Amino acid sequence: MSLSKDRISAIARKEFFHIIYDFRTLFIIFLMPVVQLIIFGYALNLEIQRVDMAVVDLARSTQSRKLVGQFSGSKFFRPFFYQGRLDDLEDLFKSREAKVAMVIPFDFERKLQNETSVQVQFLVDASDANAAILIRNYCNQVIMDYNENRGVKLPLPFDLRSTILFNPELKSSHFFVPGVIAMILIMISALLTSITISREKETGTMEQILVSPVRPLEIISGKVIPYIVLAFLDAAVILLVGLVVFKVPFKGSLFLLTGLTVLYILTALSLGLLISTQARTQQVAMMMALLITLLPTVMLSGLVFPIASMPKLLQYLTYLIPARYFLLIVRGIMLKGSVFSQLLGPCFFLALLTLILLGVSVKRFNMNLER
Amino acid sequence: MKVIEITDYCKRYDGVAAVEGVTLKVEYGELFGLIGPDGAGKTTLLRAICTLLTPDEGKILVMGKDVTQSIMDIRSLVGYMPQRFSLYQDLSVEQNLRFFADLFGVTEGKRERRLLQLFEFSRLAPFKKRKAGELSGGMKQKLSLSCALIHTPEILVLDEPTYGVDPISRQEFWEILRSIQKEKTTILVSTAYMDEADLCDRVALMHQGKITMVGTPEKIKASFHYHLYRLEGKDVRFLRDFFQKLPSVRSTQLFGDTVHVSFCKKPALSDWKNWQRDSRGNLKRWASQPPSMEDVFMESTEKER
Repeated sequence: MSLSKDRISAIARKEFFHIIYDFRTLFIIFLMPVVQLIIFGYALNLEIQRVDMAVVDLARSTQSRKLVGQFSGSKFFRPFFYQGRLDDLEDLFKSREAKVAMVIPFDFERKLQNETSVQVQFLVDASDANAAILIRNYCNQVIMDYNENRGVKLPLPFDLRSTILFNPELKSSHFFVPGVIAMILIMISALLTSITISREKETGTMEQILVSPVRPLEIISGKVIPYIVLAFLDAAVILLVGLVVFKVPFKGSLFLLTGLTVLYILTALSLGLLISTQARTQQVAMMMALLITLLPTVMLSGLVFPIASMPKLLQYLTYLIPARYFLLIVRGIMLKGSVFSQLLGPCFFLALLTLILLGVSVKRFNMNLER
Repeated sequence: MKVIEITDYCKRYDGVAAVEGVTLKVEYGELFGLIGPDGAGKTTLLRAICTLLTPDEGKILVMGKDVTQSIMDIRSLVGYMPQRFSLYQDLSVEQNLRFFADLFGVTEGKRERRLLQLFEFSRLAPFKKRKAGELSGGMKQKLSLSCALIHTPEILVLDEPTYGVDPISRQEFWEILRSIQKEKTTILVSTAYMDEADLCDRVALMHQGKITMVGTPEKIKASFHYHLYRLEGKDVRFLRDFFQKLPSVRSTQLFGDTVHVSFCKKPALSDWKNWQRDSRGNLKRWASQPPSMEDVFMESTEKER
């Protein structure tokens, strides 16, 4: 059994014509990733800035004003003075006028002068737990700065100073842009391949192809080749938008990323093939492709939620998600400048997944009209 | 050697038989018609010959090769035109033809010559840049046929090629089939139009998954044992109901504004006079009628009941 290059190129050429004749789909293929990237890049922002802070200054002294000044000086807080009753502070949280409140006691200045410890109360709205933790940390940071400015030596057993590597400003977009590349690539690739084969089944053209002496692997290769090119162009567009609009750094080798992106696209296309061997109509193929790629990639790949903090069972499940490996690769190369030898693990798993998916789809590919 | 040899072929879908014990032989170079109404099992049988379906029981040999074994060999020998228009609507006439030429491995020199030939008989040359989806029904059929013929197959299998095509295009299509047959191609064609049976060398009548009769159209029509008359009158429905009740009548059939009635024995003139009276003057004219394929087919399905 030998594969015919002519037959593969005939199918690839025909598929290419389908793609370029269908402007609308082509438009969606290139526009959708950009829109998605912009939505993700701007909206999925985990940074916290300009938190409204209610200040109850009972001391009304120079020192207390200095403390408030310290908060308004940071870009994280927007303090405002609250004149109402202490008991009604809770209403500020309910009406979302403040996320945090600071109560400075009467004896603030006197205690400071006596060099005794003074307690300032912070009330944090923890209806969003993650934000609450961040706000508390920011408050601590500001208080520490304030103490340092006053020249107070804290009786600390050791000094804790952390240096943030690879993304010193902790920008979410640096984290999300590579992730969105992973998500969009798998979605588009799986969607397109599964639709192209199920369309031939639906319109009956598969019947006409199957009566020719063409082999399953020839049909599959011919169909996949144009979409590798298309998905690759898509990846380039997303990357470009990421670099230009979101100023995501690119530390590693573009050549390495290119090669591994092709590997990832192959995985995604194989997944699409497998779907198409099951789906009889384009509608079913589309639903299956979206269901299998979109939600698991968002939830289980580490795109948004860290895998390490998932329950054990879900952690095992993440091994089946191709985006999980590509995320390590693309974040590694872009943000950290990882080299190939540091990415062998994820590459191996991606290649393994591809081989399994491809093998099963070629096996399952029906060479006749039996169900 | 028989070109196609089917022995006791059975195919079931979810326990329901689509084709039940069909045995059939198609000779070299003949134009063979598979005649039967929708749902008779024609498509299933043709797909099985083209290796698209495997048998549940029985055996099919194409040029002596088993359809379950020599799949790729048979696919190179057979040209198949499915019932539904199955070409790429967004590709042009020429792109469709070239695609199938490549798929069947037609070499470049042969391909150009073949394209010219196919354009000549199909008269599609002026439309070669037009998208297949924008062709008329008749032109779509001819393009489908051309794609099935691109690799010069020894056997041509056509599944209801004239379905939904206007009468003039149908006639033209059959003329084309005749000219293809002259090039020593064996043709197996299915149709639900009984009048097309007369255009075949031999036909098989198919009904509910079984072959009821095989032979030349003349022989099949000659097998009609009854005496067929065409009746005209004021109210044909009344006439049909009237004759249906007579004991000497085998069957009745509405044919436009006439009724075909077959009698078990030839009625005498006195019988006709009596009937004219009994039908309250509804019966105007009657004439002996040679049986058409449709009469024979209806008769053969009567026997089944």
